Amino acid sequence: MKRGKYTHWLFIIPALLFVLIFVYIPILQSFYFSLFRMNSYSPETIFVGLRHYRDIFDDPIFYTALKNNTWYAVISVLCQVGIGLVLAIILESKFIGRSRKLFRNIYFLPSVISVTAVGLMWYFIYNPNIGLINSLIRWGGAKDFSFAWLGQPKTAIFAIIAMSQWQYVGYIMMLLIVAIQKIPVELYDAAEIDGAGEVKKALFVTIPQVKEMLLVTSVITVIGSFKLFTEVFVTTRGGPYDTTQVLGTYMYRHAFFFDAMGYASAVAIIIFVITFVASLLQIKLSTRN
Amino acid sequence: MSQKNSEQFIRTCLLLILSLLVIAIVLPMGWIVLSSLKNNNEFFSTPLKLPGRLLYVNYQNAWNLGLSQYFINSVLVSGVSIALTIVFGSACAYGLTRFYFKGQTVLFYLILGGLLLSPQVAVLPLYRMLNQFGIYNTYWAMILPYVAFRLPFAIFLIRSYFISFPRELEESAYIDGCNALTTFTRIVLPISKPILASTAIVTGIFVWNEFLFALIFIENKSLMTIPIGLSTFRDALTTDYTTMLAGIVIGSLPIMILYLAMQRSFIKGLTAGSVKG
Repeated sequence: MKRGKYTHWLFIIPALLFVLIFVYIPILQSFYFSLFRMNSYSPETIFVGLRHYRDIFDDPIFYTALKNNTWYAVISVLCQVGIGLVLAIILESKFIGRSRKLFRNIYFLPSVISVTAVGLMWYFIYNPNIGLINSLIRWGGAKDFSFAWLGQPKTAIFAIIAMSQWQYVGYIMMLLIVAIQKIPVELYDAAEIDGAGEVKKALFVTIPQVKEMLLVTSVITVIGSFKLFTEVFVTTRGGPYDTTQVLGTYMYRHAFFFDAMGYASAVAIIIFVITFVASLLQIKLSTRN
Repeated sequence: MSQKNSEQFIRTCLLLILSLLVIAIVLPMGWIVLSSLKNNNEFFSTPLKLPGRLLYVNYQNAWNLGLSQYFINSVLVSGVSIALTIVFGSACAYGLTRFYFKGQTVLFYLILGGLLLSPQVAVLPLYRMLNQFGIYNTYWAMILPYVAFRLPFAIFLIRSYFISFPRELEESAYIDGCNALTTFTRIVLPISKPILASTAIVTGIFVWNEFLFALIFIENKSLMTIPIGLSTFRDALTTDYTTMLAGIVIGSLPIMILYLAMQRSFIKGLTAGSVKG
């Protein structure tokens, strides 16, 4: 066999360089930048230590953002994983015949569309005057109904969250369907011999068997919730009155509107800590067996 | 007999629930498509009625107002990103699985660790770095970070496939005089087509739909990809809503068609990763 002592490096190095230069180094730089006051006009940077972190924790908008990300995470786990599981069980049950493939594809379809397109679609659907939702309500009888779903501080963030449920419930369902299909048939046969009906089979075979996948999908959903950016950016840009700010848009605003790169980097590090811990948890869960 | 009846009853109920959900999914999309075929007057005065005459001209307008350029950019950026991810990803997976050397596992985990790091955390330093490299506001400003952020997952996927197939074929290729590179390109890559297809699809969806990097690393309208282009439509076409809707439809169709055509590879890639946008 002809292979040099260092041949393997020829294969590995290009990818390794990519990941080091464009993934690892920037993230280390984020830590570093967060300790400085810096802007794009002057090359001058001033060391401020942990002051940005203190300022962030003193900023009420930061807590609005954190609260919105948390709402998004809680509702998404309940809706996407909860409804996703029920749908997966129904579609894999004996009640649904050949039509299961059709249902599956329709539910999954929104998750392949870009968040931008979905956001713009719902921007119209939520429009107080011509939007689909208010038009349907008016058609149903409430003649003068014109509620600004995305324009009212109380409802705006929930309108955005609802849109995401519409987009992603089918995705989580698909992950769970794949997990259900891997369950050995013998388990169901045994349950049937014991006289279990469909509901009991779901409760005592399916759910325990996909428990790991339920945890994994929950963690993915939580991670996704703290990476939130596009959904908010294309619909409300954080408004009205900052009530729909999330950590991602909060970071963007400080970086590009207030030109406070150091402060924004500190926000990035807070996002990093939250998503990193959750990702570790995901890897731990998905490699447990 | 009664059991059969009750089963029939449950089936009907379930189908009813599933169908209601189909309406909830399809109605918003259908409304957008129908509205995109109306003129603005119709859209404003009768948002729930079917269009009187189908105005395909909205699609032409959206296309000519810049979408054609965004489309070309998206195809180009996605194509190059997919190609680089596949080439570097499969080479790296090969190096990690077919050679034995010290620190191999550490190296694999180092690359895999990239999966834990979210693009948002890197975006600001990347913005400065791309400026320093002089590639800010070029296609490469999107492509290079895209490839870097997709490689860990690509390597993870391809590596697990390489591990799963027997090495005898490669051994005989060596005996026939192939070296490491020709074995890789003539034997290993052709057998791995299914996993390479899944990797390409997952990378493609990510790049086609990506928003944050494209928003921050590109300034020129002529370089924008579809997601950014569409969001600038929103600001530019504040009165011409239906053209904007046509743009949304054009931007979303390619991926939907791709999904319906290649469901199997699609689902394999998406579920293997369990990573959301």
